[in-house]
Amino acid sequence: MKFLTEYRDPELAQRYLEEIKKTVTRPWTIMEVCGGQTHSLVKNGILNMLPKEINMVHGPGCPVCVTPLNLIDKAVYLAEEKGVILCSFGDMLRVPGSQKSLLEAKANGADIRILYSPLEAVKIAEQNPDRQVVFFAVGFETTAPANALSVVHANRMGLENYSILASHVLVPPAIEALVSDEDCVVEGFLAAGHVCTIMGMQEYYPLVEKFKVPIVITGFEPVDILQGILMTVKQLEKGEAKPENQYARMVRENGNPKAMETIYEVFEVTDRMWRGMDVIPKSGYQVKGEYEAFDAKKKFAVNIPEAPENAECIAGDIMKGLKKPFECPNFGTTCKPENPLGAPMVSSEGACAAYYHFSDRISHLEAQTA
Amino acid sequence: MCLAIPGKIKSIESKFDGLVRMAKVSFGGIIKEASLEMVPQAKVDDYVLVHVGVAISIVDEEEAKKTFQYLEEMGEVEEELNISEFLPDKGEYAT
Repeated sequence: MKFLTEYRDPELAQRYLEEIKKTVTRPWTIMEVCGGQTHSLVKNGILNMLPKEINMVHGPGCPVCVTPLNLIDKAVYLAEEKGVILCSFGDMLRVPGSQKSLLEAKANGADIRILYSPLEAVKIAEQNPDRQVVFFAVGFETTAPANALSVVHANRMGLENYSILASHVLVPPAIEALVSDEDCVVEGFLAAGHVCTIMGMQEYYPLVEKFKVPIVITGFEPVDILQGILMTVKQLEKGEAKPENQYARMVRENGNPKAMETIYEVFEVTDRMWRGMDVIPKSGYQVKGEYEAFDAKKKFAVNIPEAPENAECIAGDIMKGLKKPFECPNFGTTCKPENPLGAPMVSSEGACAAYYHFSDRISHLEAQTA
Repeated sequence: MCLAIPGKIKSIESKFDGLVRMAKVSFGGIIKEASLEMVPQAKVDDYVLVHVGVAISIVDEEEAKKTFQYLEEMGEVEEELNISEFLPDKGEYAT
């Protein structure tokens, strides 16, 4: 496929690897923020191929993983107790809530539907005027325009039976929280390419200025990631810190203004709890007052007590880059994708799940610590 | 979760009195529908990046080549820098 497969060329990847080896003179710790990049790094064996000086640590960039337990409990409750048609992206279904996952609720007879797009949920609402339809609107900035658009469409169509359970998280405040932490070991960031397709580069200038860390907006294919690492290492070796754009074929300096306009039509910024981390100020979206008729949290007034996270899970240390999955005594023993103790094991894009699924490709790293 | 795939617009259809433009997009031969509301300037034969049924960016075909040229260009720039900054002038050899 054009603009995709050519960025998987092994020969070009090798040339980038060699250039990274030539450029690096000392150890550097670099974090890829997005779970898609974590998955690609592990799956393609890139962690095995990088020179030992480059320590990749894996950030909190999987919206499925960082969705709080409480919201999953709410989604299960809406499906089971309120009799709604609960629509969701497939990734969310296996994530366990405090009692059960959406998949278990579905097996027990709840009307839960896996969709590719939130716009399909609007169609389902149109076709089922007697039923309430709720879309579990999970995502980063990348997914926010589509989720907002579903509300715009439903509003335009005058649908009174459509709402969203919004669970939106934002990348730059999470990067800020990570680098502000006194334990932070990260010296450079690969920023999430598709998030920046929407938001552009503007949010990264103040971060780079304040924290003096290189931030390179990077794509997802092996060659993209290797180029992003090379650009970051070059900055680090020269003592520079600036935002750069490896993924310029998709990301414009000012992002996608129309998409941002759609987001701000429906959503406003709010403080947000990140599973495995904490509440991060101004790091999420909630549905604006004007659209509260489409906000499932208000429409159904679901009050479900916060369930405690498993105390044995070291998700916070993993997502801050302080520990590697192999350093957790529960990794692969009591904590597995089918029975995760915490955030990074819950979806295939979480760092622990990626290590678990592709452990054969990173076996020599088993002894490596963060 | 943030997976988005580039595909080629095969056809465009207007809905809701032109308010909504939907496209048939080919992903290596597999055709799927995508909303073009976030990329109002997109036209047939453009490549668009599609995420959860919504096109979020038009591929910049010039920029797309740069990843293949980056290493060469980097080499050329550094060569120039090396020559201008570190090599002695011809005259210096003579003395």
